[in-house]
Amino acid sequence: MPETRTIADLALEVRSKNAGPFWVTMEVFLRDRAGYDRIAFLDAPVVARLYGVDPATIQIFRIPALNVVKISFPRPVSQGSLRDRDIHAGQHHVPLAQLPVSA
Amino acid sequence: MEVRVLTPTGMLGAGFPPETVTRGLELGADVIAVDGGSTDSGPHYLGSGTAKTAAAAVAQDLRLLLRAAANARIPLIVGSCGTSGTDSGVDWVAGIAREILAAEGLDLRIAVIYSEQQAAGLDIERIRPLPPSGPLDPATLESCTHIVGMMGHEPIVAALEGGADVVLAGRATDTAIAAALPLMKGLPPGPVWHAAKIVECGGQCTTNPRAGGVLATIDQDGFTIEPLDPGNSCTPYTVAAHMLYETVNPHSMREPAGTIVVSDATYTALDDRRVRVEGSRFEPAAQHTIKLEGARITGYETMSFTAIRDPHILGQIDTWAALLRKMIGEWVARTLGLGDGDYDFDLRLYGYDAILDDIEPDRSPPKEVGVMLLVHAADQQTATAVAKVVNPLMLHLPTPDMNYLPSLAFPTSPAETERGPAYEFVLNHAVDVDSPTALFRIHRLEATDA
Repeated sequence: MPETRTIADLALEVRSKNAGPFWVTMEVFLRDRAGYDRIAFLDAPVVARLYGVDPATIQIFRIPALNVVKISFPRPVSQGSLRDRDIHAGQHHVPLAQLPVSA
Repeated sequence: MEVRVLTPTGMLGAGFPPETVTRGLELGADVIAVDGGSTDSGPHYLGSGTAKTAAAAVAQDLRLLLRAAANARIPLIVGSCGTSGTDSGVDWVAGIAREILAAEGLDLRIAVIYSEQQAAGLDIERIRPLPPSGPLDPATLESCTHIVGMMGHEPIVAALEGGADVVLAGRATDTAIAAALPLMKGLPPGPVWHAAKIVECGGQCTTNPRAGGVLATIDQDGFTIEPLDPGNSCTPYTVAAHMLYETVNPHSMREPAGTIVVSDATYTALDDRRVRVEGSRFEPAAQHTIKLEGARITGYETMSFTAIRDPHILGQIDTWAALLRKMIGEWVARTLGLGDGDYDFDLRLYGYDAILDDIEPDRSPPKEVGVMLLVHAADQQTATAVAKVVNPLMLHLPTPDMNYLPSLAFPTSPAETERGPAYEFVLNHAVDVDSPTALFRIHRLEATDA
């Protein structure tokens, strides 16, 4: 069993996508309940630091039946604008996936 | 009573195995519903009123679906025609459909539903912001090149009741196209709307999303979902997880007529590939609302792209990029007399930190870097002039410690690509309406129509 270092190591999939033009949403599909429990630390301040957004705008949904944590917040950069480097917001899960988890 | 909704693919023009639709008809499909658009690919498509999909790809899918609808004598409903659902998008899909009907000798009645709105026709007093946006400035509304209203099921039902075999709708909620026929037949809204959300992306709710679409069988108490490909599976996990996809809130979703609530829904495997869903609710809203989408031109863009392979420069790529940014400002001011407010640019280092920029967690030295310069200005000539003035820097800029001029790797000649107008979405608002069909215009196309 390889050492667990990041959220990605605990997950089947970590993904991000637009939820309409003004929101981005991300999901962590954990492998099991143990993994789900290990990322209980993931709260609005942690996500706010990771993505440089206002913690008050972050919505976090925990779905124990699926071992899923879902995070939504307003898109920091307007979709398709000069500084939008990810039109579909499809690669913005990476900072979340690479977030270290404590042993 | 049961109504079976066949969704062959998540997007008209994305393609699907023809035999999956045949299979859906054998299973007794009562309607074919397919989405033709999305805002997901950005504001260009609504702003310009053009489609993301290729006409040949839309024709390829439509041909199979029109044949299927004609053979089974069931309606075909396409939503958000032409990517953004503008009137031009509806007309574009209708033109393709009519060519196919004529070529195949199919006698189907087409109704089109236009959803485009004129700024002057909307009552600004009745428009409210949706989070995270603020109140709407009338000037913003007037600045839009195109505005569409997102219809619910009601205009589609009206078109079906008017005798249409094929309904080509402008901007519609992803769910409305699948919900229309079951609601028209009198099935309860809880199961209908939840089923409509689950089928909206075709095979996305299955274990193999690339194997074609799905069939939902809706009844009084719930619905059963199964993939069209006999080798593919829906599991309670894949079906429940689909409520997460591209939604802000996984427990509830607003439609024009009310809110879908799935927090108490249960997902039960009937066998290894079919799932039964019960317990979904629909809470009618006190006020019917139509969501508006609008896009406007922000300016014009010109792109230039070069690339670096030299390890010496790559070893100090941040220093090189900072120098380039500084010199762009100096050269453009000196040669064109333009200051910060006259143009804007974004410099992206692909292969290093372009995608995540400030939040990039890993800044290991890259092996090669693509350098994209995107220039934005009020007109195309200015944007291109800036890119051209900067061109010698993108070709020869050294790092401060180099005593010679490198030549970097442009991938194209000419180096600059004019991107035309740049757009932004500016409406994230909903308008209160007295009638769910008031903002939409239904036209039945006659065989003699041009």
